[in-house]
Amino acid sequence: MGKDEARDAVGDYRYGFHDPENATIRFDKGISEQVVRDISALKNEPEWMTDIRVKAYNHYVERPMPDWGNMGLLNAIDFDAVTYFLKSSSGTAKDWDDVPEDIKRTFDRLGIPDAEQKWLGGVTAQYESEAVYHSIREDLEDQGVLFYDMDTGLREHEDIVKEYFCSIIPYADNKFSALNTAVWSGGSFIYVPKGVHVEMPVQAYFRINSENMGQFERTLIIADEGSSIQYVEGCTAPTFSTDSLHSAVVELIALKGSTIRYTTVQNWSTNVYNLVTKRGVAYENATIEWVDGNVGSKLTMKYPSVILKGEGAHAEVISVAYSSAGQHQDAGSKVIHLAPNTTSNVLSKSISKDGGRSSYRGLVKVSPKAHDCKINVVCDALLLDEDSRSDTYPTMEVGNSSCQVEHEASVSKVSGDQLFYLMSRGHSESEAMGMIVNGFFEPFTRELPMEYAVELNRLLEIEMEGAIG
Amino acid sequence: MSEELIKIVDLEVSIDGVAIIKGLSLNIQAGEVHAIMGRNGSGKSTLAFVLMGHPAYEITKGSVIYRGKPLEDLNVFERARAGMFLSFQYPQAIPGVQVGKFLRKSVQAVRGDAAGSAREFRAELDLAMESLDIDRSFLSRYVNDGFSGGEKKRLEILQMLLLQPQLAILDETDSGLDIDALRIVAEGINEVAKSAGCLVITHYQRLLEHVKPDFVHIMLDGKLVKSGGAKLALEVEQQGYEWIEAEVA
Repeated sequence: MGKDEARDAVGDYRYGFHDPENATIRFDKGISEQVVRDISALKNEPEWMTDIRVKAYNHYVERPMPDWGNMGLLNAIDFDAVTYFLKSSSGTAKDWDDVPEDIKRTFDRLGIPDAEQKWLGGVTAQYESEAVYHSIREDLEDQGVLFYDMDTGLREHEDIVKEYFCSIIPYADNKFSALNTAVWSGGSFIYVPKGVHVEMPVQAYFRINSENMGQFERTLIIADEGSSIQYVEGCTAPTFSTDSLHSAVVELIALKGSTIRYTTVQNWSTNVYNLVTKRGVAYENATIEWVDGNVGSKLTMKYPSVILKGEGAHAEVISVAYSSAGQHQDAGSKVIHLAPNTTSNVLSKSISKDGGRSSYRGLVKVSPKAHDCKINVVCDALLLDEDSRSDTYPTMEVGNSSCQVEHEASVSKVSGDQLFYLMSRGHSESEAMGMIVNGFFEPFTRELPMEYAVELNRLLEIEMEGAIG
Repeated sequence: MSEELIKIVDLEVSIDGVAIIKGLSLNIQAGEVHAIMGRNGSGKSTLAFVLMGHPAYEITKGSVIYRGKPLEDLNVFERARAGMFLSFQYPQAIPGVQVGKFLRKSVQAVRGDAAGSAREFRAELDLAMESLDIDRSFLSRYVNDGFSGGEKKRLEILQMLLLQPQLAILDETDSGLDIDALRIVAEGINEVAKSAGCLVITHYQRLLEHVKPDFVHIMLDGKLVKSGGAKLALEVEQQGYEWIEAEVA
């Protein structure tokens, strides 16, 4: 297979279809204080939320672009061309049959709610700016689990939202958290009561369907003492000729003895900017796990973070990044040890191919008070050709000498001997490459729900077809 | 007249412009076991690699006909699918790929429609693992990743049994094996040798105590300089290679 054919095969992005846009409400392009106020008014929000949006907007305007990362790509974003709010349905359906036909068709093609029936505790499907479908299993509802799209969460449980909104990620954290706070719409709101274990994962599915669309979902998950929950999100968008912007904010609060696992497999089309702020706080003996897969997008900048605030808290960050032609995955993690006897494990794996670029940017910080912490960071990069690039930017600030810190990093290439070995067992060159690549990601893939694991493996196998000239 | 499984005529092979094999001819028929013995650096492993199609080696002269067709027409994986198998001296680790899944995929790739159902595969696998005294925990480990030398060789023989080759090339399969493992591995080879042609490359005679070769060839500086029966291997074991070198000179 020649390079062009290979490109064509890879360009055949599985989720690249799009439906005609049937917006019921579409804001003019561009952002202003009025746009921000209009979004808030449309949603009938309490005044404090409108205020925080406006403050965030003002900060966004004043805040310069980050002066690090891929500034070439960042500065190419045309914020005036983005549509900041677009509503395609007249409300959130509880019954799949009530979802508008064209939107339903989209999600049917993505396998939702097929997956819901099989293995989910609840699901929210967000199309453009707002949730179009939402359901939660009755038994979870009976146990007091709250699972809503964020807009409904704010309406129904304003007190909880007010307490935690922007508490982990202030709007002034960075330019994009400010933008998100100004124009957020949709996302998930979850509260798990004390001692309740949600055995089946709950899922959200985010879909951008319109050109130049901005999606700014906002997610807030609170696990009360001794509870546990797993949340899974998937993301896709069609391939348009101009770029779309996805800029989410996710805040997790794991109270004493609770566990939150947050799994993402983003497979945005390669014209989506994916600039996301994700952070969680873990209290005494609580655990936060980020399982973060980045396969799509043009530029991703995302560093899931955990603040270990209570003694004995634990952080787990497992991430993979796959970058092909024209893509830059700038991903990593931050772990801040504020309390004694806290532990963290960071595993980051990246694959770069066809001139794609992967960067690992990681921070480990241990405060002077946090004695006897254990930290383990492993970064592995696999380069599939000479044109591709991998960088690591690790930062360690360890303020307490009683801590045990391990850091390992490796960059490797697929060896000709490995390919020869696999081919001598009857596998074609691209099949052999697919096996090596899937094997490399296996420590990540085995953490995924089965359906996602199978999907990711298949996706990478397709990507490997024609990987070899 | 029975047809050759593989017919190598006057083969010359080089790597990076350096000649390694310098005019080698050999015919193997189904059911025959041929042993090639020789010192390190005589070109034995090069022969194994070039037959399997390693891209680093260039055939500069001569021909290889496998089952009536020029071998050069076939890519590495097509050779495997056409029934060739190479047991590697240094099997490669493939981290993250589980042995069980790898074996199933390889059997499907090589045997195609004849691979049978998952259930039939399971039964075959159980039997083969039992005969090689391989523990079930093997299946969930990653291919050759962190394996001892002996474990790697057992996995090679396990693959050979499952892939049911017509021509099995075994490159230094006896190295790194203790005496029990050697016996078990030899049984595996004997099983395959009932119907397949086998080319056993070694520089010790000890494997040949368990695998009876029909022919023994001595390789020196890229050529087969002497051929004989099983007795030749014993003579080499007792007297070394000097007398053959003297004979050739």
